[in-house]
Amino acid sequence: MSTYGFWFIVFSLVLVSSALAVITFRNIIYAAFCLLLTFFSVAALYVFMRADFLAVTQVIVYVGGILILLLFGVMLTNKITSFFKIKTDVVNVGWGSLAAGGMLFLIAFIVRTISFANLPWVKNAEKANNVLKDTDSTVHTIGIQLMTTNLLPLEIASILLTVALLGAAYIARREPTKGRKTLSK
Amino acid sequence: MLISAFLTEIPVYYYVVISGILFAFGLYAVITRRNAVVALMGVELMLNAANINLVAFSQFDKALLSGQMTAIFVIALAAAEAAIGLAIVLNVYDRFRTVNLDDIDTMKE
Repeated sequence: MSTYGFWFIVFSLVLVSSALAVITFRNIIYAAFCLLLTFFSVAALYVFMRADFLAVTQVIVYVGGILILLLFGVMLTNKITSFFKIKTDVVNVGWGSLAAGGMLFLIAFIVRTISFANLPWVKNAEKANNVLKDTDSTVHTIGIQLMTTNLLPLEIASILLTVALLGAAYIARREPTKGRKTLSK
Repeated sequence: MLISAFLTEIPVYYYVVISGILFAFGLYAVITRRNAVVALMGVELMLNAANINLVAFSQFDKALLSGQMTAIFVIALAAAEAAIGLAIVLNVYDRFRTVNLDDIDTMKE
């Protein structure tokens, strides 16, 4: 038993079980913290796939940005009287199980049918030595690609992030006197 | 099957299975949960599942890393979409005093 495979099994089990916890826990705070564990496990899986830059990006953007945003959303949309009393409801379990079960069956069928290691382009990549090894760093290649091949998506993403920033700040602003209960009254 | 993975090379279909499981979980969360913020968590789960799949196959593309480039832009887009989605949820909470998706039905006849 090698430590590489052992830790991969550990991280993937943590990932699957914390994702299951996110979707089944009724308490939103528990679900948000299990989502934190999910994002960290995905970053660990990125390290196993030799995507070092992406693992750190995942931690910074998802854990340090999106999760904080989701926690803000949880805190601002629930009347928190006591810490353990935020319970949400679950509806449509039948349809949800049908959709999720169909998706799982589809993935199992695909993995059974196609042997992914024998795809032509994968075999060509292995022959042409185009496979990421443990000693490769992806930062150099990502930097070059961002400035040459993916320059247009980069510029569009920067405009989109600016628009999203302005839009979110505008949509979520509080209008002070429009008939809502304010504390100063 | 799991025992045979204890080498130094993880077969790529493990990542496909993991990403499929995560996507199914995200789909279940979006369909089943009534709270809007938990539905947004399900959307983030689905985006992460797609990212795992993309990056797993970009292991075989060292020259261009197209899968990882797509994954970077998916992460940026997910951040923007989470921000806008939560701004909308806050607005809905201001107006309806609840974020239960079943109670926001004033457009029904």
